[in-house]
Amino acid sequence: MVSPIHLKVNGQPRSDEVEPRLLLVYYLREVLNLTGTHVGCDTSSCGACVVLVDGKAVKSCTMLAVQADGSEITTIEGLANGSELHPIQEGFKEQHGLQCGFCTPGMIMTALQLLERNPDPNEAEIREALDGNYCRCTGYHNVVKAIQYAAKKMKKEVFHD
Amino acid sequence: MIPNKFDYQKATTVEEAIEYLVEYGDEAKLLAGGHSLLPAMKLRLNNPVKLVDINRIPGLKYIREENAMLCLGAATTHYDIESSELVKSKIPMLCQVAASIGDLQVRNMGTIGGSLAHADPAADWPAGMLATEAIIVIQGPEGTKNVPAKDFFMGLYTTALAENEIITEIRIPIPEGNIGTAYAKCVQPASRFALVGCATIISKNNGLCDRVKLAFTGVSVNAFCDEAVEHALTGHAPDVDNITIAAEKAAINVDVLSDHFASENYRRHLAKVYAKKALMEAANNL
Repeated sequence: MVSPIHLKVNGQPRSDEVEPRLLLVYYLREVLNLTGTHVGCDTSSCGACVVLVDGKAVKSCTMLAVQADGSEITTIEGLANGSELHPIQEGFKEQHGLQCGFCTPGMIMTALQLLERNPDPNEAEIREALDGNYCRCTGYHNVVKAIQYAAKKMKKEVFHD
Repeated sequence: MIPNKFDYQKATTVEEAIEYLVEYGDEAKLLAGGHSLLPAMKLRLNNPVKLVDINRIPGLKYIREENAMLCLGAATTHYDIESSELVKSKIPMLCQVAASIGDLQVRNMGTIGGSLAHADPAADWPAGMLATEAIIVIQGPEGTKNVPAKDFFMGLYTTALAENEIITEIRIPIPEGNIGTAYAKCVQPASRFALVGCATIISKNNGLCDRVKLAFTGVSVNAFCDEAVEHALTGHAPDVDNITIAAEKAAINVDVLSDHFASENYRRHLAKVYAKKALMEAANNL
């Protein structure tokens, strides 16, 4: 049995037929070849697979592709504007918010959700928002700095607009 | 990990979902937020033949006040409740319960109805539902019924919900008068479930507690109201001495869970500690 799904991924309309048991993360990685979204723990713990589904940060290893039918999905590939990095991506680069980089896509997508809900988070709020994202290299110190950098930059951009 | 094969059906109405449940019996499972069911399916702990997605049924996601009740649609997410100004203004402890669940991503997907139907012994909502004396509205082939939270949780992952029934709404009486509420939780650091979670509502009249509700999750096979603690504080001033005495009565005549995270004795100790924490916080919120 396959089910038809129609959705938008990073602004591009997609129509596919998928097995109902196909997880969203494998749909993104193996059907659409968007391999920026990672599979870490596969048990909705680590957050490497976080994408936005209709603007909500979701662990895509714990969602079926068929559940995303009709939704708009944003993955890490959808953030940069050509060669211009998104302010959160820039923050991770400037503040050394990664070492191996495996957790980074999920961290960035979660940070995007946080800054949409709370454009001026304090350190405790940033750490609380990252509760479901594990980094196993460096700890979280520079990740927090990267998000603070992005928050500052995004506020400036809003101000200039 | 990929779940076993199943047929997927998106229900568009509650009635349609019930029809599938009647037709497929115990081979069918309802999929709401999926954050307990999908992990269980990936681990082959649950292998439904028919998965009925109820998350897109219109009219199951809402938070409103009606006849002195907070009414929550069953598919309302933990995040929706955590961030609701209405809930915060009426029963702030429910926002604390919601915010303590899992992590941000889990709260974006998980639903209150799904959590109640699953009835994990360490889930947060059951304690909140018991302390607020919530009513679980259930629809089945025979119609609708209202089940008080105290009759809903019946054991380990066991509720009053029949195989062919679905939770549609949670109704929570809005407490009146001078009330203080709190949820205190000892978090299992890996799973974010409650080792012990304690939800309480107290109301004060003429300096004394005239009503105390206090419920635990994580302590026993299902959440329960701890009447010994409630009785011990009722009629007394909510000060630190009286609260300490009342909290000492926690989980006394209860079969307490024991696992490799927390022994029976340690959990019983935690119950007393978190009863005191919750009551002190509620007293400060009066």
